[in-house]
Amino acid sequence: MSASNKQVLLEIKDLKIEGFTGEEWIPIIKGVDLTLHRGEVMGLIGESGAGKSTIGAAAMGFARDGTRISDGTIEFDGMELTTATEEDRRALRGARIAYVAQSAAASFNPAHKIIDQHTEAPLHYRIQKRLEAQEDAMELYERLRLPNPQEIGFRYPHQVSGGQLQRAMTAMAMACRPDLIIFDEPTTALDVTTQIEVLAAIRDIVDQFDTAAIYITHDLAVVAQMADTIKVLLKGEEVEEAPTKEMLDSPKEDYTKSLWAVRSLRREQKSRPQGATPVVSVQNVDAAYTGGVKVLDDVSFDIYEGMTVAVVGESGSGKSTTARCITGLLPPKKGQILFRGEPLPPSYLKRTKDQLRQAQMIYQMADTALNPKVRISEIIGRPAQFYSGLHGGALKQRVDELLDLIELEPSKFYDRFPPELSGGQKQRIGIARALAAEPTFIICDEVTSALDQLVAEGILKLLNRLQSELNLAYMFITHDLATVRSIADEVVVMQHGRVVEQGPKDEMFTPPHHPYTDLLLSSVPEMDPEWLTSLLEERGVDNVGEAANV
Amino acid sequence: MGTLLFLIAKRLFLGLLTLLVISVIIFFMVELLPGDIAEAVLGMGATEENLAALRKQMGLDQPAPVRYLNWLSGAVVGDFGTSLISGERVTTIIGQRFMNTLFLAAYAAVIAVPFAITLGVIVALLRNTLFDRVANVVTLTSISSPEFFLGYILILYFSVQTGMFPAISSLNADMTFLELLHRTFLPALTLVLVVTAHMMRMTRAAIINLLASPYIEMARLKGMPPWKVIVKHALPNAWAPIINVVALNLAYLITGVVLVEVVFVYPGIGQSLVDAVSKRDFPVVQACCLIFAATFILLNIAADVGAILTNPRLRHPK
Repeated sequence: MSASNKQVLLEIKDLKIEGFTGEEWIPIIKGVDLTLHRGEVMGLIGESGAGKSTIGAAAMGFARDGTRISDGTIEFDGMELTTATEEDRRALRGARIAYVAQSAAASFNPAHKIIDQHTEAPLHYRIQKRLEAQEDAMELYERLRLPNPQEIGFRYPHQVSGGQLQRAMTAMAMACRPDLIIFDEPTTALDVTTQIEVLAAIRDIVDQFDTAAIYITHDLAVVAQMADTIKVLLKGEEVEEAPTKEMLDSPKEDYTKSLWAVRSLRREQKSRPQGATPVVSVQNVDAAYTGGVKVLDDVSFDIYEGMTVAVVGESGSGKSTTARCITGLLPPKKGQILFRGEPLPPSYLKRTKDQLRQAQMIYQMADTALNPKVRISEIIGRPAQFYSGLHGGALKQRVDELLDLIELEPSKFYDRFPPELSGGQKQRIGIARALAAEPTFIICDEVTSALDQLVAEGILKLLNRLQSELNLAYMFITHDLATVRSIADEVVVMQHGRVVEQGPKDEMFTPPHHPYTDLLLSSVPEMDPEWLTSLLEERGVDNVGEAANV
Repeated sequence: MGTLLFLIAKRLFLGLLTLLVISVIIFFMVELLPGDIAEAVLGMGATEENLAALRKQMGLDQPAPVRYLNWLSGAVVGDFGTSLISGERVTTIIGQRFMNTLFLAAYAAVIAVPFAITLGVIVALLRNTLFDRVANVVTLTSISSPEFFLGYILILYFSVQTGMFPAISSLNADMTFLELLHRTFLPALTLVLVVTAHMMRMTRAAIINLLASPYIEMARLKGMPPWKVIVKHALPNAWAPIINVVALNLAYLITGVVLVEVVFVYPGIGQSLVDAVSKRDFPVVQACCLIFAATFILLNIAADVGAILTNPRLRHPK
């Protein structure tokens, strides 16, 4: 797209935004320029804390609670937003600039039907009458390939799946045919297979209506499919900006290059030790939650000492439920869990302290898995005390050892509280807490999916190192196939509570695959800007929705 | 819809069970009091023969569980026995008075509930402004002042100085409904002042609690004005805690208003209870306690059901 000969729609100059810490105002955005033409799509990328979302909101003249625009100008189609009245700014929102949020499930109001939320802006701005607006909504639903476009809007948000909601939200953003849409990580919360439908839908509709867009994401491969130009941000400052192709082929700045290089971590694949008993053996496990719906169906796999088994699948495929069965939180309905050949009691309540000690967990959200009111020394010291009976000096020494092990300086972290730590540091504390029990087996439940790529890579390296030093067995639950590629020895693919395929990693990543594995693998976005287009052609554009529902 | 009816039926069943347990407690607490009803009736000077005769006449010679079952089977059909003091049916003594109490509670609630919730919405909208603070201080003051004090202040201004409303809310049978409303306005207003603060503050807190939700930000980014954000997007999701506080306050309006009744000489059930306690009229005490317990349970069930009904996930299952 030749953006240069089009009219400028949005011009941000030297934008500075400050956030309130409770004591003082500190800079979040430190002077960013941005020029967007009509019909142009700009990708904003960077890690969390880079200020992407803040700039996105500022483009609507909106400063979130606790932030303020302290300097700079934001000119939208000839109107200066920083000096306009709140009424004038508000009149743009929903009408001429629309917003698509990260989690559609949280951003739709649970109390109202989807279509009523869709028609809210057109009715408020008196652009359409109710029936017209509803007709229009249904037409948009159809264009976005939502199933039952005539009917789906009359459901409540909780009655519709995440991927469908995300498309309904894109439709809602289109309701008043805005000139500009801000997409704030619209596919981050979705499975890879669902992500494709949403990406395709967004790209189509933005094309059809020639809408300009700011596409915010931390996923380079995604932004490569969507954007005409890419702007890289780091800690509130611009690193560089270039047309997509140019940016991918020849990034200029070191930081950009480092982002591009992240996916290079790769570990030698280990094979099963000869004649050994597996550390953990899941045998023909069926499980159901109260209410009776079967969530696991005849699940079996083995995990050997010192090896990493990655369990992959979409949300709802039963990955975490399997972990709950292994730890005894959810006793299986059928089948059993063996530990070094010995059957474990189904419920954790019946297990001995030593059996409990052997299997530990690390969680996805280190934020919620660590008690914010407890010091690091106690978080790590508690399991050491509970399982090994350490006290006083011995306990302190053990905590120091553990902090050393996770590469955090003991003297600096011993007395601190979780909220004072960064996301990566918190996850390291989670790892240390698991290690404190001296386990032989650790379940890692999506441990890197809430982290930025560089930080996640650090965690993966740490886990690899600990594995070779302590001969740990890992069950690595993830939906991110790039992570699987870099750390797994064996892979178990799950779908609808069943294991559809399992085997050594290298075998799993070389064809032929089970059709579902194939679908998962082909759905992982690649850096090539043509990837989405060619994939859709391959699958047949009209079948995108169905492909994901296999 | 079936699951919803099942939920309500389950709540009702549990409520009945609770009431049964409470009836046991009420009955045997009275049993635990020193002396028995016969002694209470005949006084200190009674002879053993007289006591034994009266006990036999009242059925007190039977074992306690039997008497409990007799009492309970009566209570189920609305027969709470006869008063020890006047010999009248307990139902006659407290029936009309309970109706009066319900009337006053309804009168106060009809004013207080809409007023408190509207005010709560307004202070949520104008949060941290002068209006918000003033409303908070005024309602807190009224909830912190003793009811009788509020009552006397109202009497001073509205009866003594201006003569707009009567200071005494005695009732008689041939009053018109308007007269009745006029006559009982001051006690109702006192109660309104007492219960408003609680409900208003919960409404405010429940709404403000939701303002950080992504769907509220979405509404703001759709260009909705602040009042629409609050009324259309926050309030419908805030009902559950509000309904609970409303139910609690309604229960208070029925069971806790004896001081207001005394100040305004209003013939409500609270006064009967106090009279009966001071005269050791146990059947009346037991009846009042059971009615109060039933009121609490019923209102709590209503609050639970209300919370369920305002939750779209339960109203429209997948």
